[in-house]
Amino acid sequence: MSEKKLLMDKEALAYALDRMAEGILALKPDVGRLALVGIRTRGINLAERLKTRLDHLCQCDVPIGALDITLYRDDLSQLASQPLVGETHLAFGVEGREIVLVDDVLYTGRTVRAALDAIVHYGRPQRIILAVLVDRGNREYPIQPDVAAVKIETAPNQNVQVRLEELDGEEHVLLVTKGPEDTHF
Amino acid sequence: MTEARKDEKPLEFRQEHLLGLEYLSREEIECVLHNAAALKPTLDQKIKKMPTLLGKTVVNLFFENSTRTRTSFEIAAKRLSADVINFTVGTSSVAKGESLLDTARTIEALGSDIIIMRHSCPGACHLLASHLRSAIINAGDGCHEHPTQGLLDMFTMRERKGRIEGLTVTILGDILHSRVARSNIWGLTKLGANVRVCGPRTLIPRGIEELGVEVFYDLEQGIRDADVINILRIQRERMDSNMFPSIREYRLLYGLTHDRLRFAKPDVLIMHPGPINRGIEISQGVADGEHSVINQQVTNGVAVRMAVLYLLGQARAQKIEMEKAE
Repeated sequence: MSEKKLLMDKEALAYALDRMAEGILALKPDVGRLALVGIRTRGINLAERLKTRLDHLCQCDVPIGALDITLYRDDLSQLASQPLVGETHLAFGVEGREIVLVDDVLYTGRTVRAALDAIVHYGRPQRIILAVLVDRGNREYPIQPDVAAVKIETAPNQNVQVRLEELDGEEHVLLVTKGPEDTHF
Repeated sequence: MTEARKDEKPLEFRQEHLLGLEYLSREEIECVLHNAAALKPTLDQKIKKMPTLLGKTVVNLFFENSTRTRTSFEIAAKRLSADVINFTVGTSSVAKGESLLDTARTIEALGSDIIIMRHSCPGACHLLASHLRSAIINAGDGCHEHPTQGLLDMFTMRERKGRIEGLTVTILGDILHSRVARSNIWGLTKLGANVRVCGPRTLIPRGIEELGVEVFYDLEQGIRDADVINILRIQRERMDSNMFPSIREYRLLYGLTHDRLRFAKPDVLIMHPGPINRGIEISQGVADGEHSVINQQVTNGVAVRMAVLYLLGQARAQKIEMEKAE
């Protein structure tokens, strides 16, 4: 049996997103060049929520994009199935932008490495800021977040699950600890 | 681009080779089309390159002349960072009498991961698939199949019409010699289109109805209310001379002209796999007209071939990983 612990309920998640938006603005980006890019899948939903907050805080209309990193992954051969390639939308053009790269959980750093490669293939941004909801440690690549709402130390048999209303019908963040008999999450 | 799917089977691609659309399930065809749709915007990236097949070797092994298909595969493979080798048969040891299998084994011994082959013998790619470890892509085997052309035709139809199910598609011209026709028929019928073939009796194979198509010998009836007309090239190089009396007569009876388009739906799509014989199977006006998507087909071909290379490259990498684990 896996054991589930509530890391954030709905209110805590909303508060964490408020803090993330403030954290992004504390880095003093040029608001006119700011753009949000969510990493498929949950990074996109979180980017949308951050957009609402940033638009309100700066009285602006921050462009938002979606990034699919499938073709840039370095672990494709180790996956059990062939992931479907998702669409990337960066209609605003990344050239000269200050991009906020958004993902739900930062773990090994491999996803972010792939995302950085993907973005620079679309142009040369002025700056990329990494904003994540949960930093769960255990990095394998030297990548650190600029903004992280929560930092926790986790073990390899644990997993952080971000559940969002529009995708999962519920809104909270769980820390799941796998029992010895469970083979996967 | 997304089509509502009735059943909820996952879009998985379980093939190690792409030999023909006859051998793919509906879900596998949709999986290729889905990936191609996601890949198409990457053709407009500033740096049009993804590292997906970095360090992999893709060999174009063409025993028949081809410029557009070979180039399209080459661009697709290079966009995914593969090393691409074009094996030109005219200057190789095939000219010295080497067998097909020996040639292919030599290429594999040089380190190929994916071999793209065109050959005049139907089933030649099956022979390679059963003897080699490389993934094999059929780029045309005689009059049998040309699966990536079928896939890019379907991709273009779906992109322009929003669906394939329920479309009336007329394949017009030399059905007998056409691998494009066969791949279209297999793929389109699996995805629920109403497929018609239309042409002179001598160029329509007997018994083709068994593949689930309607046969028409009259052009006006064949294209009546069609959503798509896929025009085939008159393949003079494949033809014994007696298939029809003259090019002039073929043009008069089956050449698609602007005037004849009125029998089809007002928003009919005109497709052609190329190269086109202007003024024979298709008039100048129709080839360059508002209904024509011939150039879009070429662009879509790159996205579709990237999707196929990604899926087969991925399947092969997993297979090697599993063998290592054993």
